[in-house]
Amino acid sequence: MRLSDLSRSASALVTAVDAVGADDPIAQRLRALGFVDGETVRLITTGPFGADPILVQVGFTRFALRRSEAARVRVELTA
Amino acid sequence: MSQSTVLQQVALVGSPNCGKTSLFNHLTGTRQKVANYAGVTVERKEGRVLLPSGRAVRILDLPGAYSLDATSPDEAITRAICLGEVAGEQIPDLLLCVVDATNLRLHLRFVLEVQRLGRPMVLVLNMMDDAERRGIVIDQAKLSALLGVPVVSTIAVKSTGVQHLLGQLEQAIPAPPPPPPADQDLHQRVRALLAAAVTMPTMTDRRDDAIDRVMLHPVFGLALLAAILFFIFQAVFAWAEPFMAGIEGLIGGLGELVGNQLNDGLLKSLLVDGIIAGVGGVLVFLPQILILFFFILVLEESGYLPRAAFLLDRLMFKSGLSGRAFIPLLSSFACAVPGIMATRSINDPRDRLTTIMVAPLMTCSARLPVYALLIAAFIPDQTVAGVFNLQGVVLFALYFGGIASALIIALLMKYFRKDKSEHALLLELPSYRIPSWRSIAIGLYERAMIFLKRVGGIVFALTVLLWFLATFPAPPENATLPAIDYSYAGQLGHLMEPLFAPIGFGWQICIALIPAMSAREVAVAALATVYALSGSEEEVSSLLATVIADQWSLATALSMLVWFVFAPQCISTLATVKRETGSWRMVGIMTVYLFGLAYGAALITYQLTVALTR
Repeated sequence: MRLSDLSRSASALVTAVDAVGADDPIAQRLRALGFVDGETVRLITTGPFGADPILVQVGFTRFALRRSEAARVRVELTA
Repeated sequence: MSQSTVLQQVALVGSPNCGKTSLFNHLTGTRQKVANYAGVTVERKEGRVLLPSGRAVRILDLPGAYSLDATSPDEAITRAICLGEVAGEQIPDLLLCVVDATNLRLHLRFVLEVQRLGRPMVLVLNMMDDAERRGIVIDQAKLSALLGVPVVSTIAVKSTGVQHLLGQLEQAIPAPPPPPPADQDLHQRVRALLAAAVTMPTMTDRRDDAIDRVMLHPVFGLALLAAILFFIFQAVFAWAEPFMAGIEGLIGGLGELVGNQLNDGLLKSLLVDGIIAGVGGVLVFLPQILILFFFILVLEESGYLPRAAFLLDRLMFKSGLSGRAFIPLLSSFACAVPGIMATRSINDPRDRLTTIMVAPLMTCSARLPVYALLIAAFIPDQTVAGVFNLQGVVLFALYFGGIASALIIALLMKYFRKDKSEHALLLELPSYRIPSWRSIAIGLYERAMIFLKRVGGIVFALTVLLWFLATFPAPPENATLPAIDYSYAGQLGHLMEPLFAPIGFGWQICIALIPAMSAREVAVAALATVYALSGSEEEVSSLLATVIADQWSLATALSMLVWFVFAPQCISTLATVKRETGSWRMVGIMTVYLFGLAYGAALITYQLTVALTR
């Protein structure tokens, strides 16, 4: 599943970040910010309008991501 | 390669929100210089640090970067400076790599990138007080040994740790760190470092979580945001008032004092109506700018501004802007000059350009004197619909008109631009922090100087130029009309008149529009000059209101109000756009589109009002 599919307060493990197109600076930046294989992420909350952007905890940091950005991150639910 | 052994120049590097700039402020105080890097629009902050031994070291506050794989002009500059690749910039003798001790998972990765550069560096563990409060234990000796880099801990807002840092700077420049294993993944290495040297009881700060549950709540969060915005808005307009009146009083008194010492004539006129009035016209805007920036700096330092951007991103994104555009656009309500300068925080060039283009449509405080004059003279002070003051409703409509047209323009730009690729939000929400008053004071001082230097000079120079245009040539002996009718300004105004007749502007307004290019509020003083009114500023305003209420039609007044919603009547703004975009073409596009919009809207307003009131 994708990071954008997580429900609120759900935690997951990142498995990969998919690049959109050959050269995708957004995917590259997501990896630099810590969205890498084996990292735990948690969906903290969502924006007030259309549940977009979403607020994600990765490592010790919280990032606001638009849904289209979060859709690049493949995750696996953790128990 | 010859390398001096004495430390001369250090650079602060670090990711956004590591507290680097607070640390810079604490180290340098007001011994700072803010400029731009040559050829780019990235801000260059340099200061001087006095070491305990009395020696001074130059210090550069490099733009925040998450990675040296640059994705923004800011990051590209940081990388190039660290490598000594910028012409005219000395390569720093020492890199002070600043990290937030509570955010090591993210920031240590950047440290490893810097380490790869092979330059002498010191790791600065900042915000150690927050780390202690959260029970985070960092084995500094071990971290230092593993990285091969000296480690110093600081609390950016307190002097305790800063002493350690100064002590470190007194010592010989440390040897460059050993390069990290080339084949090792940086994230792996960060995990290994954390496991070996850091104990982290919780991933997040409970205090942040609790505050965010309220601040980011879809209902309470938005209500709070609206309340904060409303409060700031009120403060800028109500609290600034007594200070502005005080400045006006002082300038008026000074004018009288000087005027009494001199005989009537050119010199007195130049001093009182030209120079002193020019200085007053500049200073009077400081209170509003300082109050607005006080709030912006507090919100920024406390960590609230990114939250506001988070809440508003969807709305802004739909209109072709981004959540980050919120800060510059809010600033533009005081003045588009700092607002456009604040667009530096938007790291996406495309979003940034859109924000710059619509920023002048936010009703800046310089329009208020013009609005106030026209509203007082033409809009009856009466209650409509039981509760609303009609004058207030008109003022609101003018503000709303600006915002609505900004949204439309931004949408049009989104629709017509060629590059439709996706651009990221990727916004970090940092921990909440108590603002450092010292940093805020320094920030306010900087804004005030920027305003006085870059905007003040132009307003002042043009007020004197206006005085010249309106004074020379002198009227003939047997003159029957006011003196200004014979001056250069009068001649220019008459030349412009046919062009502006369809929107109801007489030659007097045409003349006033010329000096109002320096700053919109100058229109009021210019009209007073054109109508040959004299006296203290307050007397002039009330006299002017009477004169124009008598001589202008309602249609002309409404047309002029609408004109001022759109017209780029401000060279300072255009000069800032040139500085920020580096392109005269953008300045040209902005000038043409805003004048076109202003003329069209004023034309419709004038013709419609004439038709309706006939």
